[in-house]
Amino acid sequence: MKPVYLRPKSLTETVSHYCPGCTHGISHRLVAEVIDELGIQSKTIGVASVGCSVFAYNYFEVDFQQAAHGRAPAVATGIKRVHPDKIVFTYQGDGDLASIGAAEIVHAAARGENITVIFINNAIYGMTGGQMAPTTLEGQVTTTSPSGRTHSVQGYPLKMSELIATIEGAYYVVRCSLHNPAHIARAKRAIKQAFENQIEGKGFSMVEVLSTCPTNWRMTPVEALKWVEQHMIPVYPLGEFKTGEGE
Amino acid sequence: MDKRVVFNEAHCKSCELCVWICPKQIIHLKQELNPLGYRPAYVSDEDQEQCISCAMCARMCPDAVIEVFR
Ligand SMILES: Cc1ncc(C[n+]2csc(CCOP(=O)(O)OP(=O)(O)O)c2C)c(N)n1
Ligand code: SF4
Ligand code: SF4
Ligand code: SF4
Repeated sequence: MKPVYLRPKSLTETVSHYCPGCTHGISHRLVAEVIDELGIQSKTIGVASVGCSVFAYNYFEVDFQQAAHGRAPAVATGIKRVHPDKIVFTYQGDGDLASIGAAEIVHAAARGENITVIFINNAIYGMTGGQMAPTTLEGQVTTTSPSGRTHSVQGYPLKMSELIATIEGAYYVVRCSLHNPAHIARAKRAIKQAFENQIEGKGFSMVEVLSTCPTNWRMTPVEALKWVEQHMIPVYPLGEFKTGEGE
Repeated sequence: MDKRVVFNEAHCKSCELCVWICPKQIIHLKQELNPLGYRPAYVSDEDQEQCISCAMCARMCPDAVIEVFR
């Protein structure tokens, strides 16, 4: 029998602490598959953020540094500039990247840092128990928007890909989703492109991945995937927002 | 016959994303628990022959539990 799908070698054998059905696990798997396929395991350095993915360093079989909340793009900048021959990526949630780390991501993009950013948008603060994030949808109930987010009180959802794509220094900005195998395949192609851009020295790449938080959304994992498709994608349209510097 | 779809049962969290996506609907959860306390997903020996090795289950699994062969 020939293998059709094997567990990627760039994942450790550790069981993750992620909740059942949480698509953080799919994003990890895709990044690991891409690292395997590009043959860059020995020269890849990940930067973990703060949030549910804070322990990402336990799950990837590559070197890792854990950054203070929101600061992963700044830490990645330092690592990449000192080790330009290494492949450096950050893995950040939406609380991390779009809230406390909004300044770091904007300026890393503005400087055109040659790094790869994997941005997990699950419209909520997962780790801390389901508080509203900048990305929370209007009407979405969270522990800190118990009657649903209302723009007159809590503002509008922050569309990071659209925002980052306006920055001249950003080279590649794309948003994808994981709600079925076809979209998972597209997300993998985007992640691969984002790593290839760095290998080719093209500059700053960010892949926003629409992700689930079944636990804090109070849904089954399958219901959560359907919620992404029905409710998140209309607010966060999928596609490439930028390919190429200065465009 | 060798198995077409193999589950690393110790890592399974019963999320059922594989159960949901399988076009042949041959994936089920066992009654007994794995060491994590979850009912692991599996395909019975008889149903292995029904598997079309599409690997949709493996591509859906957040915990990289599933390997697929043809
Ligand atoms: C400086 C600082 N402020 C606040 C926190 C509390 N905190 C931990 S994780 C988190 C948000 C995580 O949400 P997100 O980035 O969306 O990741 P998720 O858990 O949803 O994957 C916050 C506010 C912290 N750890 N450090
Ligand atoms: S709290 Fe949400 S984001 Fe965090 S591991 Fe659980 S399901 Fe995933
Ligand atoms: S490979 Fe396809 S047919 Fe076989 S168990 Fe997985 S999803 Fe079902
Ligand atoms: S998708 Fe993976 S973790 Fe979820 S039930 Fe299937 S094998 Fe288990």
